[in-house]
Amino acid sequence: MIYLLVGLAGFIGAVLRYLVGLPFTNGPIIFPYGTLIVNLVGSFLLAYLTSVLFKKWSIPVIYQTAIGTGLVGSFTTFSALSVETVTLLQHNQVFPAFIYIVISLAGGLLMSRIGLRFRKEEGA
Amino acid sequence: MTSVLLVGLGGFFGAVSRYIVSQWMKKKFTSYLPVATLIVNLLGSFLLGLIIGSDLSNITILLLGTGFMGAFTTFSTFKLEAIQLHINNRKKECYIYQLIGYGGGIILAFLGIVLGEFFTLI
Repeated sequence: MIYLLVGLAGFIGAVLRYLVGLPFTNGPIIFPYGTLIVNLVGSFLLAYLTSVLFKKWSIPVIYQTAIGTGLVGSFTTFSALSVETVTLLQHNQVFPAFIYIVISLAGGLLMSRIGLRFRKEEGA
Repeated sequence: MTSVLLVGLGGFFGAVSRYIVSQWMKKKFTSYLPVATLIVNLLGSFLLGLIIGSDLSNITILLLGTGFMGAFTTFSTFKLEAIQLHINNRKKECYIYQLIGYGGGIILAFLGIVLGEFFTLI
């Protein structure tokens, strides 16, 4: 049962990631805005869900796993980040590659931190 | 529409595979670093590199690349685990975790792409 739920949530997460990235695939833009957006949004969402919403709404663990691991886990991705960075470097886009890594590295941590911060403000 | 279904189908199995690997790793190993996420992210970076480097059809790339590998690897958990290490005053572990993640991911993606291009040539 848990496998089916994680899989279905993974289906939705992957499709949403694909749809967010679509507008950026047409045209001359090489910078991976799609991956950057889903990863930053997903980092905030996972932290906020696990530290605040799941507790506040007392969601059963099986659904927490489906939403957190399945949906948000598949919405965000790491393999594309690695491959896109290499692709940028192969096209001599050294500065965009550097910017991409820095925003992912620092921005992702910041988004997770902001997601967790709500927990403190609610005094939990 | 077909491309959406391909990505979703790949995402289904990618997410389930990541869940199985992480459950198995958590039982098998106790480590000061979140090894399960690290393993799926590094392995997935290499395999996506291999897929992109090889001359595959769009259908295969959507199913195995965007769908499966995209969902098999994850960014949100990678970041949440890192920030939790940082908050729990294990800053050194946090930095090592991020360094191995990004450094290893980029190196393995590069190796995958080169290997994929090599297999396509021969």
